[in-house]
Amino acid sequence: MVEISGAKALVQALEREGVEAIFGMPGGANLPIYDELYSSSIRHILVRHEQSAAHMADGYARIKRKAGVCFATSGPGATNLVTGIATAYMDSSPIIAVTGQVPRAMIGKDAFQECDIVGICASITKYCFQPMHPREVPEVVKKAFYIAESGRPGPVLIDVPKDVQQESAEMVFPEIVKVRGYSPHIEPDVAQVSRAIDLLLNAERPIIMAGGGVHISGAFAELQALAEMLMIPVVTTFKGKGVFPENHPLSLGPIGMHGHAEANKLVTEADLLFAIGSRFSDRSVGRFDEFGRDMKIVHIDIDPAEIGKNKQADVGIVGDVKVSLRIMLKMLASRMIRKGEGEWESNQWLRHVREVREYYRSIIKDHPREVTAMKALKKLRELLPADAIVTTEVGQCQMWTSLHFDVISPGTFFSSTGLGTMGFGFPASIGAKVARPDVPVVDIAGDGSFNMTENSLAVSVLENIPVIVFLLNNYSLGMVAQWQRLFYNRRMIGVDLKGMPDFVKVAEAYGAQGIRAESMDELDKAIRRALSSDVATVIDIPIDPEENVFPFMPPGKGLKDTIVAA
Amino acid sequence: MTWRIISALVENKPGVLFRVSNMFRARGFNIESLSVGPTEEQDLSRITITINSDEHTTEQLVKQLRKIIDVVDVIRLPLDNSVYRELALIKLKAEDPTTRLEITNLVNVFRGKVVDISKRSMMVEITGTPDKIDAFKALVEHYGIIQLARTGVCALPRGVVHE
Ligand SMILES: Cc1ncc(C[n+]2csc(CCOP(=O)(O)OP(=O)(O)O)c2C)c(N)n1
Ligand SMILES: [Mg+2]
Repeated sequence: MVEISGAKALVQALEREGVEAIFGMPGGANLPIYDELYSSSIRHILVRHEQSAAHMADGYARIKRKAGVCFATSGPGATNLVTGIATAYMDSSPIIAVTGQVPRAMIGKDAFQECDIVGICASITKYCFQPMHPREVPEVVKKAFYIAESGRPGPVLIDVPKDVQQESAEMVFPEIVKVRGYSPHIEPDVAQVSRAIDLLLNAERPIIMAGGGVHISGAFAELQALAEMLMIPVVTTFKGKGVFPENHPLSLGPIGMHGHAEANKLVTEADLLFAIGSRFSDRSVGRFDEFGRDMKIVHIDIDPAEIGKNKQADVGIVGDVKVSLRIMLKMLASRMIRKGEGEWESNQWLRHVREVREYYRSIIKDHPREVTAMKALKKLRELLPADAIVTTEVGQCQMWTSLHFDVISPGTFFSSTGLGTMGFGFPASIGAKVARPDVPVVDIAGDGSFNMTENSLAVSVLENIPVIVFLLNNYSLGMVAQWQRLFYNRRMIGVDLKGMPDFVKVAEAYGAQGIRAESMDELDKAIRRALSSDVATVIDIPIDPEENVFPFMPPGKGLKDTIVAA
Repeated sequence: MTWRIISALVENKPGVLFRVSNMFRARGFNIESLSVGPTEEQDLSRITITINSDEHTTEQLVKQLRKIIDVVDVIRLPLDNSVYRELALIKLKAEDPTTRLEITNLVNVFRGKVVDISKRSMMVEITGTPDKIDAFKALVEHYGIIQLARTGVCALPRGVVHE
């Protein structure tokens, strides 16, 4: 057997995993790996900041539903990844972060650009590897992908000392690996599924709460079939936004801090909540002590530790969402249960659901101005094809998207919902575009967030990955400003961005297209131009800095305390 | 709130104890004691954890432990069907012969050992359940405890195999 270097083994192992693209930045401690990339078929996409590399890998992963890969050097390169890794961890997204490390003999000596990235990442990764011999590399890579992608997905770090990259060894590339303490494939307990069905059928006011797990397992069709079969209305968590078509008659949209008013109201009125792939986050359910007190709860999740973590379930099913729903559908089919459209008239709960929804939709008030966030987002929806991919930054821009942008094709929406990372959306949209070059990809942005990672415009332009930045520009850190207006007596501090920079010029400086849209007509034209452009487009849409997001569940309160409008 | 023992088999490699203890910290679990040592299998270590908490928290802790990839197996050890022991070394002030005699007598009652004597102090070794060690400690406290070290609980289920 020929000997090859650790670096070569690493790149070969990545090729074997089918990796198409790597987002990264080189440095002293990962140069041997880069030297191997030189002759590899894998596309390297040079980033301008490692945080963005991790977000790109994350965006790629969420759309491809396969691990995305990012590279960084030791020390500052590795620490720059941290926000991106934590973002992926909170949203259960599989990324593989490969960092260079100082040579083995230098570890622990406070060497130049040494940093204990394995220690730093312990609580924000599913697992960390630090191969101490080159021969470990192929197996480490295989295990990293296995761990990152299976079960509840999540980020895995591979920290490779420089001399492990350089040294050669005889390599064995395993086809399959086993990890003794890790058994992600749990078959759902059929008896529990059957109990869940009984509860579902006996409920008078059932509701489905679909979470991010539906997206991760790709159980869109199963969810829709179940909802239609039993005629159960569906709310989603914010992470689950768009796992159920938001233009479907049974769809009530996201619940939570900025959920739809009708969703927040109806979810508290249900007598049975069927939580599918959701972790009952405080953002979604408000107060744990209050939420779900008077209802039965059925909970499916692949992560056993989620059952009962924030909310006790009456029936807990541990398993993959898709597998579990399929079993449920089969059982329902064999019991010949199928409800129809007629329920809208005959079923009291559904009649109520329809009334409540119509009522809240009728009282939605828009801000008085020609271009508002709501009108801009409705226009975007109108012009964007259903299969376009949409992500967001963080802040009001994100919450307006949750409220006013309907996701029609399941699985085409994602956002930093768990960590709420400003600056995520733009690089993540680039990653998503690499995963799906054939569809338009849009980042619905705020000026503050876009400012954080706008240097990825260089990546988008030079690497020919055209995405659209739909910038709801309120010249402020609007979400924080909203809290100061509502809870701090308008003592505004640290929120004014004063229209800096001029984002049209920023776009142009990078060789991208910049368009300012100050009327609905200009916006219409701008979106059309962006959709037919082959470079990235930043559409700068000035809106009123005073525009608030409503509905709003105040922090620390419950869903029933949702403030519907100002 | 009651006293509970959890026993985890973990990979015997660097960083595992860090991951385990880091999880307790990050998730706000309060640990009473933790002991680690080798097992019958060379590449596995056993971590024995005692906590004072309710059933729900204990169940959550077990689930979070199981989630850690290097944790191979986790079992709960019921107090009435397990053997559990702790070892304590206690250095006491003992300057005059009467005190030394008294201490020696107490140690004998507790089936402990005097393991070191100096001019002004005695070191004793006590093994047993944490309760027993607490009881001994309460009895000798008034002599003046100079130093004390406890190993934390080490435990195994009774019978041939567990679960
Ligand atoms: C990295 C990071 N820093 C700070 C925050 C806190 N924060 C949440 S929303 C927000 C304002 C975002 O401003 P912008 O992107 O302009 O969006 P807007 O709310 O104005 O729509 C801030 C500062 C955050 N979520 N992420
Ligand atoms: Mg803003």
